[in-house]
This record gives sequence, structure tokens and C-alpha cells, in this order.
Amino acid sequence: MQDLLLKISYLIGSISFIVGLKMLSHPDTARKGNLYAAVGMTVAIFATIFLYTNSEGQPLGNLIWIFLGLIIGTVVGTMAAKKVQMTAMPQMVSLFNGMGGACAGIISIVEFKHLMHAGTIEGEELKALTILLGLVIGTVSFFGSMIAFGKLNGNINDRTLPGQQIVNVGLMLIVVVLLVMILMGGIADPYVLFYALLAVSALYGILFVMPIGGADMPVVISLLNSFTGVAAACGGFLYDNPVMLTGGILVGSAGTILTILMCNAMNRSLVNVIVGAFGGNKAGGAAMEAGGAYKEISLSDSAVLMAYSKRVVIVPGYGLAVAQAQHICHELEKVLEEKDVDVKYAIHPVAGRMPGHMNVLLAEADVPYEKLLEMEEINPEFANTDVVIILGANDVVNPAAKNDPASPIYGMPILEVENATHVIVNKRSMKPGYAGIENALFFQPKTSMLFGDAKKVLQDLVSELKNM
Amino acid sequence: MDSFIEFFTTNYNMITIVILSIFLGIEVISRVPSVLHTPLMSGANAIHGVVIIGAIIVMGEAEPDNYLALILGFLAVILGTLNVVGGFVVTDRMLEMFKKKKK
Repeated sequence: MQDLLLKISYLIGSISFIVGLKMLSHPDTARKGNLYAAVGMTVAIFATIFLYTNSEGQPLGNLIWIFLGLIIGTVVGTMAAKKVQMTAMPQMVSLFNGMGGACAGIISIVEFKHLMHAGTIEGEELKALTILLGLVIGTVSFFGSMIAFGKLNGNINDRTLPGQQIVNVGLMLIVVVLLVMILMGGIADPYVLFYALLAVSALYGILFVMPIGGADMPVVISLLNSFTGVAAACGGFLYDNPVMLTGGILVGSAGTILTILMCNAMNRSLVNVIVGAFGGNKAGGAAMEAGGAYKEISLSDSAVLMAYSKRVVIVPGYGLAVAQAQHICHELEKVLEEKDVDVKYAIHPVAGRMPGHMNVLLAEADVPYEKLLEMEEINPEFANTDVVIILGANDVVNPAAKNDPASPIYGMPILEVENATHVIVNKRSMKPGYAGIENALFFQPKTSMLFGDAKKVLQDLVSELKNM
Repeated sequence: MDSFIEFFTTNYNMITIVILSIFLGIEVISRVPSVLHTPLMSGANAIHGVVIIGAIIVMGEAEPDNYLALILGFLAVILGTLNVVGGFVVTDRMLEMFKKKKK
């Protein structure tokens, strides 16, 4: 009876994950979908605590500790998730992802010790393989996510070691060799090999993410997300647990597809992202000497230009996110609308640090959904747009992606802002964007630079416009 | 060959689940508008927190004198909970904003 209840609870969990993910894919049902998945998760967790029995029919012990862990995790997790700024969302997702990876890794450590109680893994190779895969994937995911977190948070810079790719491939080979050695048994002390595997996986996780930067960061987070899914699925195999298996594999496959979708948005292959990291490819920018004179525009001139336009398109980027300028941006849009200017937003799929980052941010500021146009929709409209104002976006409007085959971002679809009559670029300085390359757009005659922090500039623009 | 057949028959159900789940995952996600990519990634992130169940089992089966297993298990439960709770709460916060503009 107890077992039946547990099975039913797990079934509820699995179904809720599937339905939840499905509902998450539609704006109207997304929030409910998230809630369903959370309820299913809760059912599965409590069913495990109270109904799970091991092969000898023993229920779980140490309940006090389990509950204490759950309570600590819930309190800290809720506080962290509630307090985080909307702009720091990508880091937060990366951080939580790392927690899951670490959890999978720890499970593998304990289970390996259990397995080794018998002294040898002979006859249990499959179980051992599952444990080891969980360890490797979980560890890579944890260390990779921590590096991704540090990078997005600005604590860690992009760094490429000499011969990085060879080192990475070498590490991967060592992982495989160690796996085989442990499974064969009798070659060396399995514990030594096991901890060596742990260390190499950790190093791989770090070095794998270290050189990747720029627009590729969301791709990496999404990839690590699917890694953790696979690590969770390994646990599902290990415990013969269907809900862990479905949950893990669902996320693993969905995460992989999401990763590929993101790569497609940048017109690059996954291999290209992982191997040919943006930062390590600067030699390709030889034709990028577009430098030269750029012109600045004053605040009041910008305000006048926009106020007497018919159509203005706002291109938000990461600069808007760091400056927390989403609310004042909405303000600008409203002021302009009052002056009968048609205002729209052009959203590049990889603007910001994650796909949809800009949508989330602007939705927070109550910008109406219909005003946010995706790249394909807005691109034909630039030709009859009077003013494009770019707020802290760079690589996604770089014409080099279209006309410079030597550029590292060549082939990435961009917002064709240069078709508009005027382009105003708000940036903090002339420093290149996250991809580390110059942008010829800034030196075009129709482009004017408006330097300053996005929030400050927008506030001043709004007050200029209000006084007009 | 024999070991493969044995593996296949004993794990038949699991293999079926894995394959169907792979297709389900692909199917579910390919229809997502890019607007929802971030919340979706975050939601999926919370779902793989299901690994917490493994942590609970580890913790619950640890013998009272096996301190290493107890400590590691306890840590795993906390980390897993962080993943689950943090993931769902962050996703909800993102989606809350999408809802507001629908009024």
C-alpha cells in the first residue's frame, strides 16, 4: 500500500513536470505551469521522506536532519530568490544550477563509498558507471556554473590559457581513461582514482567555462543546465527512481534544444561556441579598423530629435540592464507617446545576458507586450524609422556581423539599425562590447554618441522632453 | 552480447522512459516563443532540482555513526533544496511580471 502510494506520488510528480514545462511555453499559462511543477516536486519530495523504503523494507531515518536541511535550503533559497535584482537573474539561475550539480556530485561520492563497502565493484559495473557519470557531470556543472556566476557578476574575467583547447580535450580524455580504469578494477586504488576523477572533472568545469565570454554566456548556462538534468537522471537510474529520471532527462533534452536554439539565434554551432571561444579569437578582427571620428550629440539635441520624430525605435541591451534603467526607459516611451511619437522596442534574441532577458526586464517596468518586437518583425521597419536609440547594446547592432567575414561575430543576425534616418547610441564609453570587437556603426555619419550611464541619460532626456 | 541483452531486459522500463522523455523534452521546448526562454530555462533549472530526492535517500539511509555520509547527505539536501526552492521562486518572480501587463 505504502509502495503504491509512493509510485502514485512519483507519477504525479512526473506528470506535473511535463505539464508544467508545457505550460511554461505559453505566456498565458506560464506562471501556473511553474506552480504545477512546484506542487509536483513537493509531492515527490514528501512522498520520498515518508513512504520510501529500501530493499529491506526499512523506512528512511535521520528525518530531523532531512527536515532541517529542507528548512535551511528553503529559507535561504527563498530569500536569495526574492532579494535578487531582476538584472542579476542570469547569475542567479547559474548559481541555483550549480547547487543542483553539487548535490548530484555529493550523492555520487556517498554512493561510491557504499558500493566500495564490498571492496570491489565487480558485478556492479553498471551501477558504478551511473555513479561515476553522475559525479563527473554534476561536478563539471557545479564548477562551470560557479565560474559562469562569477563572470556574470563581474568577479572573474575571460581568460584563455595558451593551448586551452588542447588542455580541454586532454582533460576530457583523462576523464574517460579514469572512468575505464575504475570500472576495470584492480589497476590502482579505486578511491585514489575516484578522487582523481573528481579533481579532473572540477578542473574541466572551470577551464571549460573560463574562456567563454560575451554573447555566448547564456548558451553556456543553458548547456550546464542540461548537464545538471543528465546528472539528476543518473541518480534516477541509480535509485531506480522514475520521477528523478523523467525530470532529469526532460531538462537534459529540453536544455540541449534550448541551447541549440540560442546558438541558431547567433548563427553559430554549439561546437563553435565551446571550442572557438569569442575571447580567444581576436586575430579575426583585422578588418575591424573602422576607427576614426565619431560625433557626440547633446542631451537637448537628442530630445529635440526624438520629440519631432514620427517613429522612434528603442534598442535595449545589457547597458540598460546594469544601469537598472528599465523603468525610466518606459517613462521615456510614455513621454514620447504623449508627443504623438510612435515608440517601439527592438528585441534581439540574445540582447543582454540571456535570451528573453530584455523581455523580462521591460515587462518588469510594465512596458506593454505588443511594443516589444522581435528581430524579424522590426528589421523591415527600420527603413521608415526616424530615430533609433540604442541603450547599452553593441554586438547585436554591429554591421560587421553582416559585411565583415573576418569578424568573429560574422553571420550572427543583427538588428539593422543603420537603415534608420538617425541613430543615437548611448554607451558609457567607446569601449568595445562584450565580444571585444569594434563597432563600425558608431563611426557612421548618421550615428551620434550620447555618453553616460543609461539611467542618468534617460532621466535627463525625460526631463528635457517634459520641459519642451 | 549476453550482457547487453541482460542490461536491456532488466532496464527495459528505464530505457523506455529515457527515450520518451528525450522526445518529450524536445517537443515541449521547440514551440516556446523566445520571450519565454529565460523563464523556461529557469523553470527547467528548478525541475532538475528533483535530484534532491537522491539526497534525501542518501541522508535517510546513512547510518547514525557514518559521519561522513551524514555530513555530505545533509549538505546535499540543503543544496538540492536551494536548487528547487530558489529555482521555482525566481521563475515565479519573472513570470509575475509577464502577468501584470496583461491587465
